[in-house]
Amino acid sequence: MNIEWFIVLSALLFATGATGILIRRSPLVILLCLELMLNAGNLALVAFSRMVGNGEGQVFAVIVMVIAACEVVVGLGLIVAIFRRRLPLNVDDLRELRG
Amino acid sequence: MSATAWAWLVLLFPLLGSLTIALGFKALPAKAAGIIGTAAIGLAFACGIAALISLLGDEPEARHHASSLWDYASVAGLDIKLGIYVDPLSIFMVLIVSGVSTLIHLYSYGYMQSDEGYHRFFSYLNFFVFSMLLLVLAGNFVLLIVGWAFVGFASYALISFWYRRETATRAGMKAFVINVVGDIGLVLAAFLIFRELGSFDYATVFERAPEVFTTNEWTITAICLLLLVGAFAKSAQLPLHTWLPDAMEGPTPVSSLIHAATMVTAGVYLIARTHVLFELAPTAADIAAFVGLATLLVAATMALVMTDLKRAIAYSTMSQIGYMIMGVSIGAYSAGMFHLMTHAFFKALLFMAAGSIIAAMANEQNIDRMGGFGKAMRFTSITFVCGALALAAFPGTSGFFSKDEILAFAEARGGMYLIFTVFGYVGALMTAIYAFRLVFRVLPGKPCPEAQELIDTGHLHHPHGAPVNPATGEEEDTDVGFPGAEHHIAEQSLPMRVAMGVLAFLALFAGFVQVPGVDDVVEKWLEPVFEASALAHIHPSLEADYIGLGVGGVIALAGIGIAYLLYVARPELPGMLERRLRPLHTLFANKWYFDEAIDLLVVRPVLAVARFADRVFERVVVDGLVSGTEGTVRGAGGVVRAVQNGFVRSYALLLIAGFAGLALYFLLSSS
Amino acid sequence: MEEVLFFASAIGALGGALGVIAMRNPFYSVLALIVHLFSLAALFLLLTSAFVAAAQVVVYAGAVMVLYVFVVAYVGGGGESAWEPIPGQRFLAPLLGIALFIELSIAILSSALLALGTQGPEVQPGFGDPAAIGRLLLEKFLLPFEASSILLLLAAVGAIVLASNRREGEAHEH
Repeated sequence: MNIEWFIVLSALLFATGATGILIRRSPLVILLCLELMLNAGNLALVAFSRMVGNGEGQVFAVIVMVIAACEVVVGLGLIVAIFRRRLPLNVDDLRELRG
Repeated sequence: MSATAWAWLVLLFPLLGSLTIALGFKALPAKAAGIIGTAAIGLAFACGIAALISLLGDEPEARHHASSLWDYASVAGLDIKLGIYVDPLSIFMVLIVSGVSTLIHLYSYGYMQSDEGYHRFFSYLNFFVFSMLLLVLAGNFVLLIVGWAFVGFASYALISFWYRRETATRAGMKAFVINVVGDIGLVLAAFLIFRELGSFDYATVFERAPEVFTTNEWTITAICLLLLVGAFAKSAQLPLHTWLPDAMEGPTPVSSLIHAATMVTAGVYLIARTHVLFELAPTAADIAAFVGLATLLVAATMALVMTDLKRAIAYSTMSQIGYMIMGVSIGAYSAGMFHLMTHAFFKALLFMAAGSIIAAMANEQNIDRMGGFGKAMRFTSITFVCGALALAAFPGTSGFFSKDEILAFAEARGGMYLIFTVFGYVGALMTAIYAFRLVFRVLPGKPCPEAQELIDTGHLHHPHGAPVNPATGEEEDTDVGFPGAEHHIAEQSLPMRVAMGVLAFLALFAGFVQVPGVDDVVEKWLEPVFEASALAHIHPSLEADYIGLGVGGVIALAGIGIAYLLYVARPELPGMLERRLRPLHTLFANKWYFDEAIDLLVVRPVLAVARFADRVFERVVVDGLVSGTEGTVRGAGGVVRAVQNGFVRSYALLLIAGFAGLALYFLLSSS
Repeated sequence: MEEVLFFASAIGALGGALGVIAMRNPFYSVLALIVHLFSLAALFLLLTSAFVAAAQVVVYAGAVMVLYVFVVAYVGGGGESAWEPIPGQRFLAPLLGIALFIELSIAILSSALLALGTQGPEVQPGFGDPAAIGRLLLEKFLLPFEASSILLLLAAVGAIVLASNRREGEAHEH
């Protein structure tokens, strides 16, 4: 149960989250995948904090949780606003950056 | 002031005149342009006289000065200066050119008075005189070529002076193209001279040439032949002569100045100037002499049947220049230059008189429609007869002494050169016939309508309706101008009368400066230039001179008599002769088919090449390359544009792909 | 013993993650994420970070996920259509994910950070306790602490503004 295992697991969870963002189309699920990636980062932080031996990594992880919470709030607010205006909840329909 | 300083002034005044008129034409009234132009050339002539006087102050052997303003190109073995060379030959030409030009400017002052392009005319004419003076004063081959090219341009500009007439523009282009052929020959000769002798400067070249070349070596022969190409193109000798008759499309003063007295004599001047080279290549000199002889005879035959007044005089010019070329090629340098001088006088005069008659005829130039001007225009006819007498070499006139001097020299040289004497006299007979053919067709006899109107009323009416070119029926453009808008005849214009009068006097009496056995002004003056030449020292004996003069006189009178017989006493004879000798007449009348031959041999192949270049090369190769490049770029752009599809997820994919790539790179580079 | 726990939690976390990305119905994805979060809390406990584990369960799995559940219930959970408008996305995405994981693993496993191969140093009994975290927050990391509380305030206000009923004229129509 070396620290390595935790970090590798974190990398695996991160890659899974990234793949999820690329293949899902609903903004809700994309936000969930974003949560996956954030949590993977948290796991890596806490593992390193254990490796180094002080609690700073854990404080970092707590702050990251705060940020994640804010981001979820705003993102879900956006989704609700989109739903209210009867626009389709589909990331592919937002194409104004077309070339 | 030194002779070279005067020479620079000679060049300066016509250039200033041309620029002043060109730049200030909006501000200058018409008369002022004419006065400025004439005064500029008059001043040039005065400076020429001053240079002459200054040269006379030197010893004969020391009468050559070079002077340069600045270095034109001084790099890698080239050392070309903007330099002039003042010696008896160049001053001789300067005086003839500026003197005759002054008179012609005076004539144009009256003749071109009502033309729309009055200012343009004088500006171009001044520029032409400047170029010609530059040509004769040049001290090295580069400046000679510059003057040569300028003269060609001036000729083009003045031939197509009425540029809305299609015939005029065609003629201008033809003259220019043939001139360029000559220019190529001249430039190649200059290159070869530089390669062999290392310099362009006259003094250096003529000094080194006898040391470097042996006689008839192929290099020097090539140089001389190339020089001849240039000379023949400019002086309208066979086969580069076809531009001269067409050049009669220009106004009459232009024909008088450029195509009789000055530009066409540039070839003669060139051969005389480079006589050192020609004496080292006798083969080339002989070729030149034979071409001159051939031109002499062929042109005379063409002049015999030509019905256009100005063109007949043009062929006469060609023929007389054949005499001059023949003269300077066989070594009769001073005789050739003397004939150049007298020819300038009487040919300019003939053109002026012809111009006056044509103006009376509202620009109709066909002698079949003319007649009876002897009674209608007294002054013009008298001067016309003076010119014709000099042309025919009537005893005592200037042409008499100059032409026979060339033929006497040929006889004195002996051997093969006797051919030139014999055929020269044949040509002289034909000259006398055609000269007086013109006189007897135009002056005596039943007056044509225009002449009748002059006799009855003393002035000419202006035609009504839109003006039309009599030769082609094309409607004239009144904005640009056209000949014959007003009838400016000598009888009604003082400047024209003054100019023609002076020339008539010179045509009749200028020959007396070089009467064999009495005085030899021209030869003495030109002697220092040709000092080193072996040929120039051949002198015919006095008896041979007098025999020659006698034969010449007899031939001239015989010719005039034959002309009288054919055109006055028995007018039905020419028709009969024509019917009997129909093939010959057709050959002469069609100008020996030279135009058709050149069209077939040169013009058509060039046009075929041009068509190929357009259809195949331009459309397929060049366009294909350009369009191909454009298509490729456009395609590539299309591919790149597809990346911007607006989908956020594809952007995220690219992001992660980039990140993965970077990580791979760092992993690999750190392993 | 610890290895067993580790592997069980790891499988839970991974399973939850895969469930999030693979489930058609978004509600099931939310549930999968909750499982994932609990597994992660177990992993945090294994790393002697008690406070973080507790925060994870209370804040994340408790508050944030409840938020998600509310929104999913409001918005509804339709599935997505099967057709993929972007060519190559379905094929490249898993490929890139795998590539990413492999590269990160290689980087970790061959790292020069030798401490990774250990289980970490011996720690005091108070390591990871709330007291320790609290002391750090209020002494060393006071500024980030205060800044993040302001951020929370901003987020709350922003969410209210976003989700409120606006007048019709102000609605953005793209």
